[in-house]
Amino acid sequence: MKPEDQDQIRARQKSRSIVTGLLLGFLAILFFAITLAKIGASHAI
Amino acid sequence: MTMLTYPAATLMPAHWRDFVALTKPRVMTLVVFTGLCGLLAAPGHIHPVLAFTAILCIALGAGAAATLNQWWEADIDAKMKRTANRPLPAGRMDRQAALHFGVGLSFFSVILMGVATNWFAAGVLLVSILFYVFIYTIWLKPRTAQNIVIGGAAGAFPPIIGWAAVTGDVGALPVALFMLTFFWTPPHFWALALFVRPDYAAAGIPMLPVVAGERATRRQIWFYTAIMAAAALAPVLLRLTGIVYGSVALAGTAVFVALAFQVYRSRETDPARMKPERRLFKYSILYLFLLFGAVVVDRWLLA
Repeated sequence: MKPEDQDQIRARQKSRSIVTGLLLGFLAILFFAITLAKIGASHAI
Repeated sequence: MTMLTYPAATLMPAHWRDFVALTKPRVMTLVVFTGLCGLLAAPGHIHPVLAFTAILCIALGAGAAATLNQWWEADIDAKMKRTANRPLPAGRMDRQAALHFGVGLSFFSVILMGVATNWFAAGVLLVSILFYVFIYTIWLKPRTAQNIVIGGAAGAFPPIIGWAAVTGDVGALPVALFMLTFFWTPPHFWALALFVRPDYAAAGIPMLPVVAGERATRRQIWFYTAIMAAAALAPVLLRLTGIVYGSVALAGTAVFVALAFQVYRSRETDPARMKPERRLFKYSILYLFLLFGAVVVDRWLLA
């Protein structure tokens, strides 16, 4: 494997990690918001 | 299905953009829009966060189905100019990764839908994904020229899912919207199939223009347009919608019928010169947007 390939692999791994991190952050916020919405709904009843 | 050996470049981890490309984001817009309209047209109240989650689940489910479709058809896509540059046939991604991504996304979208809204909506979402992957992609598409007629049902599910996310059941209006999308699919896709026919022929997919010829395809487009027009006007006659939908459906369908008639009468055999076919294809997308939008406007006006 050439050094350029190695660099490209690292770069891709890095960008994938960043995207995965952002997605997980988004899901954490979404699940929290869903929980609040559900609690609110059950209180309304 | 034959196994292809892909270039060694697949050792390279796939770019995240290729995972996004697998979900066919452009096709997703129509699915999201019709799902959203089903949700907004439904009676009752849904929390905005849950509404957003329901639409997200419909989008992810559609993305999962598109991913599994490309996983199965990688060898066919490689033979068609239009699809040869997709992540799998171009060798930018390992097939196994696409399979895992598609299955994972399917489970995630269905479970999230069930948890956030209700399990009936999740069930319909699951059925639509399974229908698209197993009935359409694997079973019918390679076997029959009527493939997209039945496959169209998978694309017609979103308004039902959106409605079910609010109400937990199915009403007459989402079924009417299902029928409209169902009968809209054949003229929409066959108009496309007419001008990309050489591609389908090269890939050995039995699309109608390849198997039955162009004359038969033009007749079938005309035939399904007539049924679609009836489906488009049915909500008006059944008094499920109001004046906005009624007028948009009447005017929009009249234009659709006129364009379909041009396609029916055309004798053009050179795909490069098929202008009416391209026009009908483009207009058909706008048509569906207009009619679904009108359903929502009507609902809000009535409310």
